[in-house]
Amino acid sequence: MTTNRIHQKLQEDKKILSIYFTAGYPALEDTATIIEKLQDSGADMLEIGLPFSDPLADGPTIQESSTQALKNGMTTGKLFEQLKGIRNTVHIPLIIMGYFNPVMQYGVEAFCAKCAETGIDGLIIPDLPVDVYQEEYKPLFEKYGLANIFLITPQTPDDRIRYIDSVSGGFIYMVSSASVTGAKNTFGDTQKQYFERIYNLQLKNPQIVGFGISNADTFEAATKRAKGAIIGSAFIRFLNEKGVDAIPGFISSVR
Amino acid sequence: MSAPVKSSAPIGGNAGKGAYHVSERGYYGEFGGAFIPEMLYPNVEELRRKYLEIMSDPSFKEEFNQLLKNYVGRPSPLYFARRMSEKYGTRIYLKREDLNHTGAHKINNTIGQILMARRLGKTRIIAETGAGQHGVATATVCALTGMECVVYMGEIDIARQAPNVARMKMLGAEVRPALSGSRTLKDATNEAIRDWINNPVDTHYIIGSAIGPHPYPDMVTRFQSVISEEIRTQLLEHEGRENPDYVVACIGGGSNAAGTFYHFLDEENVGIIAVEAAGKGIDSGESAATSVLGHKGIIHGCKTLLMQTEDGQITEPYSISAGLDYPGVGPMHAHLFTSGRAEFKAITDDDAMKAGLELCQLEGIIPAIESSHALAVFEQREFGKDDIVVVALSGRGDKDLNTYIDHFSL
Repeated sequence: MTTNRIHQKLQEDKKILSIYFTAGYPALEDTATIIEKLQDSGADMLEIGLPFSDPLADGPTIQESSTQALKNGMTTGKLFEQLKGIRNTVHIPLIIMGYFNPVMQYGVEAFCAKCAETGIDGLIIPDLPVDVYQEEYKPLFEKYGLANIFLITPQTPDDRIRYIDSVSGGFIYMVSSASVTGAKNTFGDTQKQYFERIYNLQLKNPQIVGFGISNADTFEAATKRAKGAIIGSAFIRFLNEKGVDAIPGFISSVR
Repeated sequence: MSAPVKSSAPIGGNAGKGAYHVSERGYYGEFGGAFIPEMLYPNVEELRRKYLEIMSDPSFKEEFNQLLKNYVGRPSPLYFARRMSEKYGTRIYLKREDLNHTGAHKINNTIGQILMARRLGKTRIIAETGAGQHGVATATVCALTGMECVVYMGEIDIARQAPNVARMKMLGAEVRPALSGSRTLKDATNEAIRDWINNPVDTHYIIGSAIGPHPYPDMVTRFQSVISEEIRTQLLEHEGRENPDYVVACIGGGSNAAGTFYHFLDEENVGIIAVEAAGKGIDSGESAATSVLGHKGIIHGCKTLLMQTEDGQITEPYSISAGLDYPGVGPMHAHLFTSGRAEFKAITDDDAMKAGLELCQLEGIIPAIESSHALAVFEQREFGKDDIVVVALSGRGDKDLNTYIDHFSL
């Protein structure tokens, strides 16, 4: 079970570029095309955003893309339909990132089962707290071979980071600064000290930095100490301006 | 006049043992908890660790009680509504929260939370508001204590609640429009939460209802519990007994209801009646009757009943009353509903407006439309002639004059 694609990818001797996008955006049927294009352009790992009406950890860019995706007709069932057969062409790790309420309504076990069937490797559910996961859902996620990825922030105390590290699977999602997604575009000394501090903890799971990564400079700064970085809002803005066909240009501008 | 709490107990007392109170882990039955992103954890955890201790501190309680007395004007009267009682053939008392400073019960909570924020060393306050009542109550206490204040309000609500926007500005608050999603209360709440994520160190978030992640529902309920504490003392004077036969309150998120019910939760001989807004009718597609139309889920950090699509997207409720159109209900109320402890009623716009006008003409009191929903219970349900029924008159109707004017073509 743990020969999960995420683990294998993180063994590779390179910095991981992970891209977040919102499923069903810009157009409802773009999901599979975006996944294939991102893989073919050299992205190492993908986070597929399951749109939610009230994404409270996200900034305006991702919220607007979610609102649009929902207007386009995106649903949880629709996403699984779109992902059917994706493993015939795509071999990089795929993670679904979404809020807990839609997962609850689908049924947590049904959702996990569907993920396994589709070839999803892990989940990021920012509002599913680590203690609730530990007590109620961990066996389910493990049964279906899903890595559950938790967030840490600059305000997370060291002992809690160690606790989260012990419960996490796959990697630790390091939120770069106190912010929602898409908020900042440079890293100051405070962030760099934070990157050092986490590096020095020598955690069991590799760390991937997210929030505030938008280009080659921020990607390089973020991955100096971490294993990789995630670009979300900047990619969505790019899609909105340049469209799906221009994806290779975005990836090559980052590395 | 309010009964002094034992010096070692937190505000609201050590009542947390009964089946309807919050558990140590923040749950009311299966509802509640803290379903928050990690970015909010340090703030919510700090509050969770300290709120009961701070609320138990005699100097905190003294400061809270003094402000409630000298600034808010408490205790609010418990008024025997003679003509209304005659009409409905029962004994009706009104708990007059409409007479509080700023015109509603909301100020009880904001006074408590601003003092809490100061004890936590916070210097900046954020809040969400729908109709603007909680925003005004927050701006008021920020002016009172000299704190910076930012109130998030849906762009659509800003347009339809101009007088309250002006009040907040006069009180020195900055009103920021929530431009995302449906641009109403739930989106203002999302924006306030985002602000807190972006400002985790100096900022305290004053939530206006008995909702949000633990410990908010319990903290807000305790600050509002002064309502039921006073009812007991006052009823003893009027009737020689502390417990009424029924307590009735309207419920959106549920803060006035939580405060009104609190000291009666474990008194099984006191009937609890929660009145939701049916809007244009429960099956009309334009309603806010969460207990009927809602399903279990997560909203704004807690597990509760909420109105949503089959796919788990939160939907926009409707009520003529801006204070009742929240898509969720506080977790304590979700538990009171599913456990059967409380009786839930749904009142339409028209019936609420009629009950509001009736109170004007029978008792000379113009109620907030929220409170009018609670008053409409007498048309929907019979009470015995010796029953004592206490209704929370949560706010006054000044803010709703335009709606009354339109509705009755005055």
